Amino acid sequence: MNFNMTDLIPMLPEIFLLAMLSLILIVDVMLKDGQRFVTYVLSLLTLAGCAWLTFRGLNTEPVYVLSSMFVDDAMSDVLKLALYLAVAIMLVYSRGYLQLRGLYKGEFYVLTLFAALGMMVMISASHFITLYLGLELLSLSLYAMVALNRDSPVATEAAMKYFVLGAIASGMLLYGMSMIYGSTGSLLLSDVSVALQEGIGQKIPLVFGVVFIVAGLAFKLGAVPFHMWVPDVYQGAPTPVTLFISSAPKLAAFAFSIRLLVQGLEVLHTDWRDMLILLSVLSMAIGNITAIAQTNLKRMLAYSTISHMGFLLLGILAGSQNGYSASMFYSVVYALMSLGGFGMILLLSRQGFESEELDDLKGLNARSPWAAFLMLLLLFSMAGIPPTVGFYAKLSVLQAVVEADLIWLAVVAVLFSLIGAFYYLRIVKLMYFDEPLQNAPIEASSDMRMALSVNGLAILALGILPGPLMNICAIAIQASL
Amino acid sequence: MLGLPPLSLVIWVPIIGGLAVLATGSDKNAPLARLLALIVAAAGFIVSIPLYTGFDATTSAMQFEELLPWIYRFNVNYHLGVDGISMPFILLNSFTTLLVVIAGWEVIQKKVAQYMAAFLIMSGLINGVFAALDAVLFYVFFEAMLIPMYLVIGMWGGPNRVYAAIKFFLYTLVGSLLMLVAFIYLYFQSGGSFEILDFHKVAIGMTAQELLFIAFFFAFAVKVPMWPVHTWLPDAHVEAPTGGSVVLAAITLKVGAYGFLRFSLPIVPDASQELAWIMITLSLIAVAYIGLVALVQADMKKLIAYSSIAHMGFVTLGFFIFNPLGIEGGLVQMISHGFISVALFLCIGVMYDRLHSRQIKDYGGLVNKMPVFAAFFMLFAMANSGLPATSGFVGEFMVIMGAVKVNFWYAFVAATTLIFGAAYTLWMYKRVVFGSVTNPHVEEMQDINTREFLVLGVLAICVLAMGLYPKPFTDVMHASVNDLLTHVSQSKLP
Repeated sequence: MNFNMTDLIPMLPEIFLLAMLSLILIVDVMLKDGQRFVTYVLSLLTLAGCAWLTFRGLNTEPVYVLSSMFVDDAMSDVLKLALYLAVAIMLVYSRGYLQLRGLYKGEFYVLTLFAALGMMVMISASHFITLYLGLELLSLSLYAMVALNRDSPVATEAAMKYFVLGAIASGMLLYGMSMIYGSTGSLLLSDVSVALQEGIGQKIPLVFGVVFIVAGLAFKLGAVPFHMWVPDVYQGAPTPVTLFISSAPKLAAFAFSIRLLVQGLEVLHTDWRDMLILLSVLSMAIGNITAIAQTNLKRMLAYSTISHMGFLLLGILAGSQNGYSASMFYSVVYALMSLGGFGMILLLSRQGFESEELDDLKGLNARSPWAAFLMLLLLFSMAGIPPTVGFYAKLSVLQAVVEADLIWLAVVAVLFSLIGAFYYLRIVKLMYFDEPLQNAPIEASSDMRMALSVNGLAILALGILPGPLMNICAIAIQASL
Repeated sequence: MLGLPPLSLVIWVPIIGGLAVLATGSDKNAPLARLLALIVAAAGFIVSIPLYTGFDATTSAMQFEELLPWIYRFNVNYHLGVDGISMPFILLNSFTTLLVVIAGWEVIQKKVAQYMAAFLIMSGLINGVFAALDAVLFYVFFEAMLIPMYLVIGMWGGPNRVYAAIKFFLYTLVGSLLMLVAFIYLYFQSGGSFEILDFHKVAIGMTAQELLFIAFFFAFAVKVPMWPVHTWLPDAHVEAPTGGSVVLAAITLKVGAYGFLRFSLPIVPDASQELAWIMITLSLIAVAYIGLVALVQADMKKLIAYSSIAHMGFVTLGFFIFNPLGIEGGLVQMISHGFISVALFLCIGVMYDRLHSRQIKDYGGLVNKMPVFAAFFMLFAMANSGLPATSGFVGEFMVIMGAVKVNFWYAFVAATTLIFGAAYTLWMYKRVVFGSVTNPHVEEMQDINTREFLVLGVLAICVLAMGLYPKPFTDVMHASVNDLLTHVSQSKLP
């Protein structure tokens, strides 16, 4: 087969990111500790460059390269742009926190960018192996990042747990993929799809493969009953890493699910749909109910993530373009809310104080009305109360679920989100109705404050005008599937 | 007004004004916040007046319509419009907000800007609820108004405020979430439209109608509130600051009743007819049983809260007997209850500001110290018990008349309110105002000041005017109510 350099153009963002990464690695070695700002700026510039390249390469027709192992389509472009934004926001939020805790190292930035590269590969993969490579690149970077604070026993424990369970999940995924490969004779998603349509392959091994793939996916998404690692990792990891894990990888996980389940295994929709229904209902139930009992904010947000992943699955299991675009919208919105939520923890933390207990938020309105207001928006958005964007995310997945004639599921979902509303309301109660336990002023750099304000207001602005983002998701899905 | 669309004005003037008040910040700027809030509330009321003066009472069509595409993907529109059913409530709401701002003038000393802003924003959102003609838009306003109310109860409320605020929020949320699913279902049934008026035309089978009715019932019955889902109301009322109680009683309860008229009756008429007996039974229980519950309350605010539930029982009774007298009577009762409950809560607020107690037993002999106040309080107490020539009489009388036409016993049970209502209100009045002064603190109480006199005076005029000449209120409703009844009488079974 002929190889032409221009074939690589759709991969330019990935190539650029990898090149810059290598450069940053070298530059960082030469920097003194006081000059780390250079690494920080370079990382942000890299992301901006990627965004520019992706934006320039925006196309509506899918383009396949590298023997169809890699695809550049509208969905991947949109998700990548959201990804750069999420990673950049995370870098802005975390700088102050890292500086105060002696974690302000080049490794953090390099690992973050490696994780971003992994996610980009996942988003653009159209082959089982590419999918797996992207996933592993992401996961290995994240394991290391969780353990970044190596003197902290909690963080080390969390990293161990994450690694062991993550490895099991990867194993399951691979095993599932091998089953599918064995039945259909191909690792290429499009070929698998064609083979399934033609009825090649025995039903039993195929369904077996799907079970393992769905289980592996559920691990990565953190859906019940494969959620055990989520609370421990969220709590144990340094907050910037938690923020990272809870935002951008959800976008990649969404793409991963779409690639595997829809582009590869859509014919088996009825099989995986029932599994996803179970995962989704359990996630919403366990996530929302267990969150009530938490006193640690990071842990509570972990359970909240689990319940949100349940909601995200609703759109995918609906099995329509409408549902997929609803889920995509949900994943982007969720990433935004999660960034804001953990960003607030970072904003409130200071030297020697983590601000990760619920009680640390007490009386926030008296300490800083603006921070309290932003958090209020974020919480109501997570609870799905209009006029915040979280409501439209829920509305669109519910709409897809009702369209798929699963009204009972929609009712179950809203009832669990009612339970969820309770613990978000309780935080609002702490911030607004209680007296502050401490009166230390909030120390945070102005760029962080600014970014967080924009983040919070975006939740409101998108809630007032959700149409454009919804349209972008719908068009991206339509052009890609 | 200046060519600007009036409905958008009544929604956005208070909301944007409220944000401006919020921006005045800390309590250092409290006088500025108060003044600004007063200006915004007054402006909000002024912009609502053209809705009445420019209203065409001869048609049942939606008026002052505004239609802009909003969320193209789901065909959701920013669609506003009012008819004779919704228009009076926008006026009532804007008027009440003005009173709330004045009533909280000196009483609220902590976080003044946030307090005033919460009420102004809430006022705009509630206007949105009444003006929305798109189901998603309606839902957005319907839910969003919970947020400021939650904060108001929780931040400025009484000792048990946190419990009351969370209970209020979750109770009302459970109903509205089911309604959301109902809306999405109707969206598909109507072929991809969230327009409420399109929902009115959709043919739906009986089972689906019943399920939709139940979803709407949860959403609106909790708001009204109907027995047995009323238990959040006494808690919320007791713990809320005076302004919060006023808005709760005068407006948010009306949102529930309005929902029945706008959604349940026209969208699922067959199920409404079929299940009307349940609604009537619950309404009668509210009227009779809750009346008795009110009788034994020791806390004045709780007493008025229970009295509100009983009065709202009249409203729902009127709606579900399906005749013009009943529905118009219910609507008149809603507006009248808006005035009277506001007045009574403000009266209790006046006493509470002086003595910091809402217990009936702490008072007695008030007439000796506050004669002017006692006179006002008397008028409102009488109105609450349905004395002819006050607004309280008109609505109750119309509903009872309507009920007699349907079933004598409905009317009979409903009419017991004239006895219970008089009993609990006047007995409370007697214990608070008459007798000799036993509590030394009552000795020190001052009569009402000019600000309080002004507020109560305006309300007294409203109560009397509506009682003596209700025609201006009923005239605007006729066409819309008749149109609604035609809708209800036509079966929508496929």
